[in-house]
Amino acid sequence: MSFITNAWNFCWDLGVRLFWWGLDLVKFLLDFADNIFLFVAGTVRFVLNWAVTWLGMGEFGNVLVEIAMVVVYLAGILGVIMVSAVVLILAERKIAGFIQLRPGPNRVGPWGMLQTVADVLKLLSKEDIIPRGADRFIFRLAPVLILVPTILAFAVVPFGRGMIAADLNIGIFYLVAVTSLATIPFLIGGWSSNNKYSLLGGMRAVAQMVSYEVPMVFSLLGVVMIVGSLQMSAIVEAQSRVWFVFLQPLAFLIYIIAATAELNRVPFDIPEGESELVAGVYTEYTGMKWALFFLAEYGNLVLVSAVATTLFLGGWHGPLLPGWFWFAAKTSVLIFFFMWIRWTFPRVRVDQLMNLGWKCLVPLSLANIFVTGIGVYLYKSLGW
Amino acid sequence: MNTQEITLNMGPQHPSTHGVFRLILKLDGEVATGGTSVIGYLHRGLEKLAESRTYPQFIPYTDRLDYLASMSNNLAYVQAVEKLMGIEVPERAEYIRVIFAELQRIASHMIGVGTFVMDLGAVTAVFYPFIHREKVIDLFSMTCGGRLTYNYMRIGGVSHDLPWGFVPRLYYFLDYMRTAIDEYHQLVTGNEIFLSRTKGVGIITPEDARSYGLSGPNLRGSGVRYDVRRAFPYGIYDRFEFNVPWGETGDCFDRYMVRVQEMEESVRIIEQAVRDMPEGPVMAANVPKVIKPPAGEVYHSTENPKGELGFYIVSDGSTKPYRIHIRRPSFVNLAVLDKAIIGWKVADVIAILTSLDFVLGEVDG
Repeated sequence: MSFITNAWNFCWDLGVRLFWWGLDLVKFLLDFADNIFLFVAGTVRFVLNWAVTWLGMGEFGNVLVEIAMVVVYLAGILGVIMVSAVVLILAERKIAGFIQLRPGPNRVGPWGMLQTVADVLKLLSKEDIIPRGADRFIFRLAPVLILVPTILAFAVVPFGRGMIAADLNIGIFYLVAVTSLATIPFLIGGWSSNNKYSLLGGMRAVAQMVSYEVPMVFSLLGVVMIVGSLQMSAIVEAQSRVWFVFLQPLAFLIYIIAATAELNRVPFDIPEGESELVAGVYTEYTGMKWALFFLAEYGNLVLVSAVATTLFLGGWHGPLLPGWFWFAAKTSVLIFFFMWIRWTFPRVRVDQLMNLGWKCLVPLSLANIFVTGIGVYLYKSLGW
Repeated sequence: MNTQEITLNMGPQHPSTHGVFRLILKLDGEVATGGTSVIGYLHRGLEKLAESRTYPQFIPYTDRLDYLASMSNNLAYVQAVEKLMGIEVPERAEYIRVIFAELQRIASHMIGVGTFVMDLGAVTAVFYPFIHREKVIDLFSMTCGGRLTYNYMRIGGVSHDLPWGFVPRLYYFLDYMRTAIDEYHQLVTGNEIFLSRTKGVGIITPEDARSYGLSGPNLRGSGVRYDVRRAFPYGIYDRFEFNVPWGETGDCFDRYMVRVQEMEESVRIIEQAVRDMPEGPVMAANVPKVIKPPAGEVYHSTENPKGELGFYIVSDGSTKPYRIHIRRPSFVNLAVLDKAIIGWKVADVIAILTSLDFVLGEVDG
């Protein structure tokens, strides 16, 4: 009798212990997964430091290690951009297909998964044509330049807990400054092509992108006012209890609209206006140059969704699963949303676009800043 | 400040000129100050070819005029020849002709409306009408084997009777069509961006419309209530009850709306035709084996989906026509383009061009 009671107690006790050990194990694994990229980066840094001390390079060696780490971070970011571009190209076409009641690419690989490979191979093998009369140096420079702001901007994007390449204390400011640079390659690409369609596309691109910078920045200002800091990691930290999309819904909406215009996507794809300007700015670009323009568009799409996630949707916060997973999930939802809009709406006309930007979005975003200012003041002074 | 006018060539190869059409556009910045249409890239000499073909041999050529409305082209031509020869078509054949002509109107307007919204930027909008159109084409290919060009009408009737199983499928399609049009209204007609792109854009006044000789939805969109089926009824159209939709302002939106409403009316006509269709032969008994109309001339016009298609046939008593002249609605409608685009921006030029809904096969002949 007492044997059975003892056995039962023993088993129960063991079960409880195993349960708590199991929970601890799961917590450890989740924590490890959360920090896995930091772990890898840390290992690389450790190895580099050891190599530098072994070679006895002193101060200069530390500088070298820092530069090498920057290269490692750059490789990581480029990896993210490339992988996401590969996935997004297929995702866009599949989503387009499903919205249009057709299957999308499904010949190359299961579910069409090798379609991007086929596309890249095709683009690499295309003849590289530079039109006669085009400004050769600028023509070749434009697709190269267009990727630069995107990659630069990714340096301040927090992919997860502690996973920012450069946690500048002027994070947002740097981001806005760098994304403004993205206007120039459109202008020079359009001008140097020696083609009226490209010229029209380039001019429209400048008008559009410059106009929509203003409401985009103003909508970000509301968030900065609430947080009180421009640092990206601080902004994410501040959202640990409530996401800013609930505190700043109007700013979120304005940001999404302005971002669609910055990305040159429908309903604001006037620079590329396919049915009007053949291919607008991209008309004379063939093969890999055109591919670079599109790589930049998808890179920008990921960047804009990542920034919106960071500023409005709580960044990498989320229960249980690793931070970078939540970040990726939220970014993916936003990307899907952008694609959904693209395949549903017609295009706005250029003057309607400017009207919307200057007469509608700018006053709204200014009003948003005003109301946010009042709110922050009241919060601070009344201690809400 | 000195600005320059640029000449932009929307060449024969362009994503939205609906075929090989060339528009030489003069632009002052974004605004079009003038345009010259250049056509002829698809000219195949149909009218000249007709002089060396017998009357029945020319029927497949009429398919290829407005290749998106082949049944209606066939109908206009065979009715013109029947008018010349005084042939009476049996009742059943008349009803079948009406059913097919109205089905063809639905199919053609589907493309017209779909490409119109696509050229405004919403690429998805062309897929849904094409799905609906597939169902019409299934009905056609079930009957005569063709999907785009049918060669179905004959001088004196139609080539063969409706296949077994046609009428149930037709009823199924008519029910489906109603939900399809509702879906279209939901997605497109109420869309804010669509409305701001088309309302008030490319207004063609009724006076201009009449003086340029427009016909079809383009004319009715401008408020002129002229429909050949009502003005000069042909076949048995006077037996059917249907409305002729028309627009108030003559902008792109009105032309679009007229087309969508015409599709709804076509559904009504088909229902009435199927209900009242009698049994009987589908080919007139007294049609001679060799078609030799008496010497003379005839002009007969019908309401094509694109406008008023007219055939002017001059016969010298032999088996081959002396001269056939085709009054092609797209050719006449296109003339108004050079005037309608003045003062509008490049994006609107495309919208106006597509709202005229012309087909290059018909423009060039």
